[in-house]
Amino acid sequence: MVDITQEKVENVGPAEVPEMELYHAHSWWTKYVFCQDAKVIAIQYGGTAVAIGMVGLILSWVMRLQLGFPETFSFISPEAYLQFVTMHGMIMVIYLLTALFLGGFGNYLIPLMVGARDMVFPYVNMLSYWIYLLAVLILVASFFVPGGPSGAGWTLYPPQAILSGTPGSGAGIVLMLISLAFFIVGFTMGGLNYVVTILQARTRGMTLMRMPLTIWGIFTATVLALLAFPALFVSAIMMTLDSVLGTSFFMPAIVEFGEQLAYGGGSPVLFQHLFWFFGHPEVYIVALPAFGVVSDLLSVHARRHIFGYRMMVWAIVGIGALSFVVWAHHMYVSGMNPYFGFFFATTTLIIAVPTALKVYNWTLTLWRGDIHLTLPMLFSIAFIITFVNGGITGLFLGNVVVDVPLSDTMFVVAHFHMVMGVAPILVVFGAIYHWFPLMSGRMLNNAMGQFHFWVTFLGAYLIYFPMHYLGFVGVPRRYWEIGETSFITTPIESLNAFITVAALIVGFAQLVFIYNIIVSVFKGEPAERNPWKATSLEWQTETVPPGHGNFGEEAPVVYRWAYSFSVPGAVDDYIPQNVHPDDVKKIAAAEGD
Amino acid sequence: MTEANVTHGAGPGDRPDGLQGVVADFASDQRAFKNVHWGKAMMWIFLLSDTFIFSTFLVSYMTVRMSTVVEWPIPSDVFALHMFGADIPLILIAIMTFILITSSGTMALAVNFGYRQNRKVTTLLLIITALLGASFVGMQVFEWSKLIHEGVRPWGNPFGAPQFGATFFMITGFHGLHVSVGVLFLFIVARKVWRGDYDVGRRGFFTSRKGTYDIVESMGLYWHFVDLVWVFIFAFFYLW
Repeated sequence: MVDITQEKVENVGPAEVPEMELYHAHSWWTKYVFCQDAKVIAIQYGGTAVAIGMVGLILSWVMRLQLGFPETFSFISPEAYLQFVTMHGMIMVIYLLTALFLGGFGNYLIPLMVGARDMVFPYVNMLSYWIYLLAVLILVASFFVPGGPSGAGWTLYPPQAILSGTPGSGAGIVLMLISLAFFIVGFTMGGLNYVVTILQARTRGMTLMRMPLTIWGIFTATVLALLAFPALFVSAIMMTLDSVLGTSFFMPAIVEFGEQLAYGGGSPVLFQHLFWFFGHPEVYIVALPAFGVVSDLLSVHARRHIFGYRMMVWAIVGIGALSFVVWAHHMYVSGMNPYFGFFFATTTLIIAVPTALKVYNWTLTLWRGDIHLTLPMLFSIAFIITFVNGGITGLFLGNVVVDVPLSDTMFVVAHFHMVMGVAPILVVFGAIYHWFPLMSGRMLNNAMGQFHFWVTFLGAYLIYFPMHYLGFVGVPRRYWEIGETSFITTPIESLNAFITVAALIVGFAQLVFIYNIIVSVFKGEPAERNPWKATSLEWQTETVPPGHGNFGEEAPVVYRWAYSFSVPGAVDDYIPQNVHPDDVKKIAAAEGD
Repeated sequence: MTEANVTHGAGPGDRPDGLQGVVADFASDQRAFKNVHWGKAMMWIFLLSDTFIFSTFLVSYMTVRMSTVVEWPIPSDVFALHMFGADIPLILIAIMTFILITSSGTMALAVNFGYRQNRKVTTLLLIITALLGASFVGMQVFEWSKLIHEGVRPWGNPFGAPQFGATFFMITGFHGLHVSVGVLFLFIVARKVWRGDYDVGRRGFFTSRKGTYDIVESMGLYWHFVDLVWVFIFAFFYLW
């Protein structure tokens, strides 16, 4: 194994990064509210993301109630249903997952894991959160304007998104677009921080190839976000102008309710290209941090080094690069040139290569490991299984001829929920169970955690496996009510009701999880220092939770990678990154004989 | 930063050759880019992101110019100025471009004198750059008001395709915003340089490491970028 030989003593170079001049808070306001400490910003980001995510969760319950028991709930009108679909999608993808992985885990873990005292631009980092909060508030405000929030579907395709037949086509869509623009501005501020901190402010000995894979995942995802969000930003500006000023960027000549509108000459397909140029990298903006985090969780809880570290890094980078040339596989039925479909199907299937590499490496990390079935490990294993499932259905949708009949059916819904909804969120849960002791100094309750895990994991399959079948039968998505057709039979209706019941139960389990967090923050069992016996720097701080400035007087010096578990000859089964090779307790040679 | 910091921890003999050497250099200890201060690294990455914004704008402009069914206005007529008894095509734009490119020159000089920590000359050059930038924005205001006077609106114009006004106001507006923000920050930085903030390492908003004029360099990157973008806008809007 090439990777394990990193034990060899290396002379660590002199400090190149100047000591950071930290901003010290003087009052309650600057310590807890307008705080420049990345750890507090991380918790602010995480809390806001989870709060808006709860809104998204409740919207999904309402949608499921309508699908499972049509004609039962009078308050769910067709318009409201479409609005719930739209808001649920947008909230979950952008305001929950992107913000939680990058703003939440990114802020908390980047400085700690690379051995920095804080982000390089703490003030800009703070602004990033407040602009994100503003974006969330604008989004929420759209629930309360005349006409309600946009009902255009989370993809917001024009021309329908701004035509009066679509719910929320007035103020709703404009607020949505403005909120997105603010989100992007805020994210850019944070994203620049993450990238520069990782590239330029690592501690002594922390080469890029010694960084934990969590950091690699977050880093690559941030780069993707910085390059992909501009397309959404520009299309948000252009659609706002189309809606407010009556320009025709995306609007062709169009007749609405028998009346010729003033629009003409725009290109609706342009929006789809721009949207998916952002939208596909967005999938990996969510998935890559999950890949990185899960690699670390598996390694720590299986007491074994990650298999093929270099391969994992290159796979992350490769997936990131490829994700920019696959976007039109979302547009096979948009009427674009069919030769495009051939190109994009090919690139899409090529992505399976680095992704499969990662799955093999995760599995090989577990192989002959000392697997501890802790909650983070359970969630990580669940992630691998779920991700493989989602990847396999991706093969169906990536091929043009198979995709065309499956387009806009429940199969698509099941696929992307499995691969970019359930899979990353399982990692989020695993990561919270793993890092909660670091963030709060207390353990989460294990019994509630086990309940949460099994209900969520098994429940997700009860929801989404039948949904694939519904899609094959031809049940369309985004339909308020299916009604009577020759192919929608009674079993289909019962299956829909079954999915709804499963979804409500899984939703309930999330409430247990939130309850667990709230109770454990105050009354949880106090965590010992480094309870999982992890090697990476965030666990080697002087105090738990780490204080202002993260590390003590001396910044840590790194001598090895983050995966020195079960090293032959060492007494402990883990060697932290910052332990000098001479200080590693070795089994005496005599005992070895 | 001293020269010693340029070495990468391990001795030079340990470094592999060729592509692997490039990777090893980039992935080396503590910093990927040696002797690049944080502000500069951040500015480069921001500009990369901003490049994607302007590219998206220009690609969208090209797309709608092809998708519209109405004839596109002829730029040399629309942007002509009636001077000295004749319509001179693109004269205003030629002057604007000349001014902006000149300001790039003065900015480059400012960065150079910033390296030498020449407080007075740096301030002077920053102010000249800011004034040139401001005059560019002023002429853009003149051009906008002239077009608005002639009936060009984002949703339509008397010369042809309505997308002409839409893309023109949106893209030159977004660029003009960049220039305006640049002018504002040039003045702020000039004031700080003049006051000697960077010599004494004064704390506060928009500072840099003590004893260096790092911010001037970052500012220069931004300004050259804005100029470069203008060259593309100029080519795509006025010459196509």
